[in-house]
Formats: sequence, C-alpha cells, structure tokens
Amino acid sequence: MGMTMAEKIIACAAGVETTKAGDIETVTLDKMMSNDGTTHLTIDMYNNKIKNPRIADPDKLIWIVDHNIPADSPKTAASHKKMRDFAKEHGITFYEGEGVCHQVMMENHVRPGELIFGADSHTCAYGALGAFGTGVGCTDYLYAMVTGTSWLLVPETIRFNLTGKLPEGVYARDLILTIIGKISANGANYKAMEFAGEGLHTLSMADRIAVCNLCVEAGAKTALMEVDDIAMDYLKEHGREPKAIFKSDDDAVFSEVYDIDLSTIEPIVAKPHFVDNVVKASECSGVKIDEAFLGSCNNGRIEDLRVGAAVIKGKKVAPKVRFLVVPASRSVYKQAMKEGLLDIFMEAGAMVMNPNCSVCWGACQGVIGEGETLISTGTRNFKGRAGHKDSFVYLASAATVTASAIAGEITTADRV
Amino acid sequence: MSDTFTAKIWVLGDDIDTDIILPTEYLALKSVEDMKPYAFSPLRPELAGLIQPGDMIVAGKNFGCGSSREQAPEVVKALGISCVVAKSYARIFFRNAINNGLLLIENAELYDAVTEGDTATVTPGEKIEYNGKTYEIASLPENLMEILNAGGLVKAMRKRNGIGE
Repeated sequence: MGMTMAEKIIACAAGVETTKAGDIETVTLDKMMSNDGTTHLTIDMYNNKIKNPRIADPDKLIWIVDHNIPADSPKTAASHKKMRDFAKEHGITFYEGEGVCHQVMMENHVRPGELIFGADSHTCAYGALGAFGTGVGCTDYLYAMVTGTSWLLVPETIRFNLTGKLPEGVYARDLILTIIGKISANGANYKAMEFAGEGLHTLSMADRIAVCNLCVEAGAKTALMEVDDIAMDYLKEHGREPKAIFKSDDDAVFSEVYDIDLSTIEPIVAKPHFVDNVVKASECSGVKIDEAFLGSCNNGRIEDLRVGAAVIKGKKVAPKVRFLVVPASRSVYKQAMKEGLLDIFMEAGAMVMNPNCSVCWGACQGVIGEGETLISTGTRNFKGRAGHKDSFVYLASAATVTASAIAGEITTADRV
Repeated sequence: MSDTFTAKIWVLGDDIDTDIILPTEYLALKSVEDMKPYAFSPLRPELAGLIQPGDMIVAGKNFGCGSSREQAPEVVKALGISCVVAKSYARIFFRNAINNGLLLIENAELYDAVTEGDTATVTPGEKIEYNGKTYEIASLPENLMEILNAGGLVKAMRKRNGIGE
C-alpha cells in the first residue's frame, strides 16, 4: 500500500520504513519554533518543573518575538527579557522585530521534508514548502526541546486536487475560505490537508503560504503541498536546500478527495464569529466598518501589499475608519518601501506599523472597542478575538479589506 | 485515573474556541489563578464565578478550536473542572489538556441530552450515567493514559526519561 506525503515525512522523522494513519510514532524533530505568546511559560517550566534540565539540540530551536513587539507594557517587556536572556544563555537562534514568526520561518528556516513543531497554531503554514509543520502547546514544546523528540498520531489525509487558475481579482484567501466553508471548522480535525494538481502550479509562494496557514481553521494537524519548481525557486532564492522531497504515492489512501477548479472561486468573506461562516463578499456589502487590517502571517506579504496598494492608490481611507497596514517581515517592509507602496498607503491615510502580529490576535495594537467592526486579513474572527467581547470581525482578502477601508463599509475592489 | 465521580453539569455549545475559554487580553496575567475569573467571559462572564471544584463541562463539537495557548486547558483545570465531555475536540487543545492532566471525554450523544445544573456520574474509560441512561465512553490510548495518570506530560517525562529524578 502506498504512503501519503504526511506518512512519508513522519516515517522519515521516526526512522522507520513505513507508517500509516492511526499509528503512533516517536519522531525526532527537525526544528522547533516558539514565539512570545507562550515562550515565557516554557522557560518557567524548564527552570522550575524539571531538575537538571538540558536542551537536546539548541541548534534546532528558533525563538521569535512577534506577538507584542515592541513591548506595550512592563509585563510584556519582562516576558521578552526572559526570552531574550534565555536564548542568549543557551545559544538559541533569536529574532526580535524581524517579522511574524511564520513569515520569518518561511524566509529563513523551513525546508521541504522537515518535521517542525511550532508553539503556535498556524505552524501548518510550512506545508507551502512541503514541510510538516504542526502547532503544539508549551508543554509539548518543552518536552520536544528537552528530549529532541515527541509522539505523533499519524494523521489521515484529505487530498485537494486543484485545477484551473484563480480569476482576476480573486485570491488565495478566497480559495482557503471557500474550502473551510465547504468542509467546516472541524472538517479536517486531526487530519492533514494535502494540495496537489496542475492548479497548484498557478499559485505563487505567497498564495501557498496563505492557503496552508489557514488550514488549522478547519482543524487540520498540518497542511502539505507538493514541491514544484516554484517552491524550489523560492528555496534557492533564500539560500536553502531541501531535506527531502516527498509526494504521495499513486496508491496512497486518502480519507477524502476533493477536486477544486480554481476558476470557480469568488471573493469570499467569513462573517463573525466563525471562520467557516463564509458568504460571497457581495452578500456583506454595506456592513459599516470602524477599522481595516492588512497584515498577519496570512496576508502580510509583499504580494498582498501590492494588491492593497493598487486598490488604494490615489484614493483615501474613509473618514473615521482606521486602516492598519502591517508588513509581515522586515524584508517585506523594505521591499514595500523600495516599491513605493508604503508611500501610497501613507498618502491614503493608512497607519503603517512595524512587522508584528498586530490586531490579528487582539493584543499589541489596533484592538477594537465595544460594538465596533473590523474587516481583516488576519487569521480568526472568533468572538472577542480582536478586542472587546461585543465586537465583530470579518475576514477577507487584501483586496476586499482595502476596498472596504476606502468605502467605510464592506465592499469588493471592483466597486471602489 | 480517579474512580467514579458525580459532577454538576455546565453546558456550552459548539466550537468553543480558545479566545472564549481565555481571551488574549488576560494571557499576560501573572498566574493561571489570576486568569480564572475571566474564563469563558466573552460568552458567559458570570460562569467562572459559578463553577465549583468538581463540576464538569458538557459541550458540542470542536471544543477548544483556535490557538495553541496552553492557558486555555490550564484555566479550565484551575477552575476545578473534573472533566470535559464534548462531541469532539480540536487537536492542539486535546494534546494540551492531556499534557496538563485535564480529563477529556469524547461522546457524541450526551450533549444533546443534558440539561445544565443536572448531575452525571462518570467512570473514566467506561461510561457516563445521566438521567437513567448509560453512555459508553472509550478509553484513551495507552501513551495518553500514561501522561494523564502521571498528572501531565512534565511529570510523565520525569518518570519515563528519568529527567529531573
């Protein structure tokens, strides 16, 4: 019987010939990412809960301050200091202010075939480069950090065969929201979501990261994409080589198979308070907004800023609307400066912030108040996610978010 | 694992996410004890104050979906919740709960039958008795039981790998 991509990566990391969905394997991790959302808890446990602690291999650890950077209170400053000091003492690769963790990982660390733990749910983004990234809590992280290993239940795989090409004005965000709407917020629970087919080759790396990143919102353990020339070019451009390139065998067993024609996808909005609460963007027309957010690990890449800038060039943000533009990394920020995109946003009345997680996680900056409405390229629209418990978050593409910032109400880019 | 126990039921819905269980703004509080009053506050601000140690939560599908914040299962445990019975769990929350010694039980039927404020009798790994009816529940895989019985992953790690002993 053939194996899926997920089974092959786990087998490789477990040092076994074969494995299958439902088996439990002990794996050696290739990398372990943690950010300032929870690393202080990991450090506390490391220092206080285990005697004679040690780190199995400090070279595999990557720590990134992105959730609350720059610090907004003495509490977060103390948490960052704890992380900074520990990283220095133990020789851990450390980033601060360089960007949102998953973007930093994609630009600098992720390699095809790797098995990576991230103490953040959106770690599944790494599948865009054919790596098995999965989110864990800080206790799992601590165990992996100390032993270099962990246990994994080998997931079943849902396969998405992509054909065609996204129409003009339709984006990866619309594609993944459509898929989540179709399979629901727990439709891929415990499973891997694998993307392949000729349609995949029409998606840029930015598109692929956006798709994989959001798979956890369908409950997925990981997302995986076949590695093609586009992925290899990205890797080469960033000076890295693959660990291994895997693809599912022709006779691999999938729990479900979906055929998706990209040319049928339309602009989509996820309404409050669930990511699978999706409708055509046109059905939300006229919903008044107080704030718009373009950024996050999902849509803060240069491609997204180009889309937003093209929509808003020569126009203004609506009165009484705050428009936050947050490049996902320093390199994205610098590129956007070079291309004059930041000038366009600033001229239009947007606030351009430093690379961080921003309002996507309801802290750091841009938090919304009681009764307010945000349209966002962030990852979640849960009740209270972006601030007050009685506030509302709509999720949409960079184009729809920017168009809405101009109109002061939800609308699509072809209407501003 | 503890023996049979009887617990008062609190009922929550489908897709109870980690921002409901503990909103982001309270993550920076110093300890999980400080976070307790804010558990479930976006949905039911009064709930944390009403839960008594030993009570149980019964919920619908996809309990714990969302972020990997471990404060979510920690705060549920700190409130003294004896177990959560849900139709299904999001996987990161599931691991985090087991790693913190919080008992999770998967059952597809109980949620549709229960009334808040009633009590149920739970025999872990075997059954739940409620309103004269018995609901069978599966036992967790061996490696998870080992973690749960040790009181969480850190304690299991001490036993298994001799770290800290």
